[in-house]
Amino acid sequence: MNELAIQVRRLTVAYEHKPVLFDVDLDVPKGRLMAIVGPNGAGKSTLVKAILGLIPRVSGTVSVFGKAFSGVDTRVGYVPQRESVDWDFPVSALDVVLMGSYHRVGWFRRPGTRERDAAAKALDEVGMGEFANRQISQLSGGQQQRVFLARALLQQADLYLMDEPLAGVDAATEVAILELLRRMRNEGKTVVAVHHDLQTVADYFDDVALVNLRVFGVGPVAEVMTPERLRQTYGGRLGALETIAKSATGAAS
Amino acid sequence: MTYNTIIVLAGACLLGALCGAVGSFAVLRRRALMGDVMAHAALPGLPLAFLLAGGKSLPMLLTGAAASILLGMGWFAAMRYRSRTHDDAAMALVLASMFGLGIVLLRHVQNVSTGGHAGLESFIFGKTAGMVASDVWITGGVALVCLGVIAVAYKELRLVCFDPGFAASTGLRVGWVDFLITGLLALAVVVGLPMVGVVMVAALTIIPAVAARFWTESLGPMLGIASVFGALACALGVLVSASQERMPSGPLIVLAAAVLFVLSALFAPQRGLVARRLRLERLRHAWREGRLEA
Repeated sequence: MNELAIQVRRLTVAYEHKPVLFDVDLDVPKGRLMAIVGPNGAGKSTLVKAILGLIPRVSGTVSVFGKAFSGVDTRVGYVPQRESVDWDFPVSALDVVLMGSYHRVGWFRRPGTRERDAAAKALDEVGMGEFANRQISQLSGGQQQRVFLARALLQQADLYLMDEPLAGVDAATEVAILELLRRMRNEGKTVVAVHHDLQTVADYFDDVALVNLRVFGVGPVAEVMTPERLRQTYGGRLGALETIAKSATGAAS
Repeated sequence: MTYNTIIVLAGACLLGALCGAVGSFAVLRRRALMGDVMAHAALPGLPLAFLLAGGKSLPMLLTGAAASILLGMGWFAAMRYRSRTHDDAAMALVLASMFGLGIVLLRHVQNVSTGGHAGLESFIFGKTAGMVASDVWITGGVALVCLGVIAVAYKELRLVCFDPGFAASTGLRVGWVDFLITGLLALAVVVGLPMVGVVMVAALTIIPAVAARFWTESLGPMLGIASVFGALACALGVLVSASQERMPSGPLIVLAAAVLFVLSALFAPQRGLVARRLRLERLRHAWREGRLEA
């Protein structure tokens, strides 16, 4: 608990003229399951990408396991948004999962039998074993999401950053994915996931970060999801916020 | 068939294979039109190299073409990053302007030089009649080296084409891989100029790749099929061009590729139009007979 998986200090990111994230601080303790929550366009994905060093920062620092990201990139797994890739790409599910081993195999070397076996096992773990040789466009949205998770599993990372891993999946898949995330957390891994459903934050996650341009609160769900903070984050637009806050602080306490 | 024809044919096959393989990555990375910009941007380099070097040696001309491409790409990048012109507009602008400049320079060379410029025009639509063995060695050599590079970097090329964000998160320099794709594409375009010509060489990087996609759901086979299609189109184009007086090879090569595309789109076993239509009809038939089950 005393060591941080992620430490973000005074981070500002801008795409064009206006900042998308402004003066953001974020601490993620090791071994926790954290949701990044906020309205559309709040900068949630940007925060994840900034931590991974995928987009340039205007200012601020990011350290992962106490180091700059480039020094620890082998210890970090990433699950991008499902819509970010072309699913008509000519690869099979197993091929995609194998990409999780590329870093360890080394650039310009080919994955061998060991990696293929590990990839098949990862597909089994997410319940996708029988789809290994399917071309990925022939999978449902939930199955595609699970392929991405299997790829992340193969990375054997200590910290996982996931961009909406529960977006567009059915209820059964949601439960299955959540079980997987909890198992990872129980194995001592840290999982940070962008999440869109306020209703389920309290049930699914240990910690939450409320993000909308700034960070309006980070920490255990019961402490952070107060009506006041949710109003700040969502601009007081949602009447349902009160109810959500009540059940969140109640459920988690 | 003369010895020279056989050599030219071999070079054409290697060129086609290279364009098919490189083009597959360009198409999958959504850079298909980049090759067209490069090809047109190459044109001014040819008359300039002729004027500066005072001759028509192919290595000199191709070096001029490559330098011209570099200039065109630099211009494109400057517009894109400095003036925030959109990609498609910037590409159209570079393509047309460089091509216009190329044509003007070409005519100028014809007007001022007393001779020896004959043949420069053939770079517009491609011509194989004047090619000699040493010219083909350049094409073949570059093609082989490029295919070797693709074989070595296959895993990284595929990763970046499929999921550049994930690739970057694992520490891979996506910019360098993109640079490699662009560089290979530029080389394919440059060595393709003599045979296929400025106007049509880009089509040779696009059509075989798109046609190959109909036959397979896997990138490895797609590269193989695209290479075979490219080689086939080049061979056919070169053969017909050699047998006809004053028939440029570029249009013939691209037409052959287009025929392969149409055949693929119609008759490929899974993704082809006919197969898809047949599947639907079979399902409808089964439904009518009450045999269709959930």
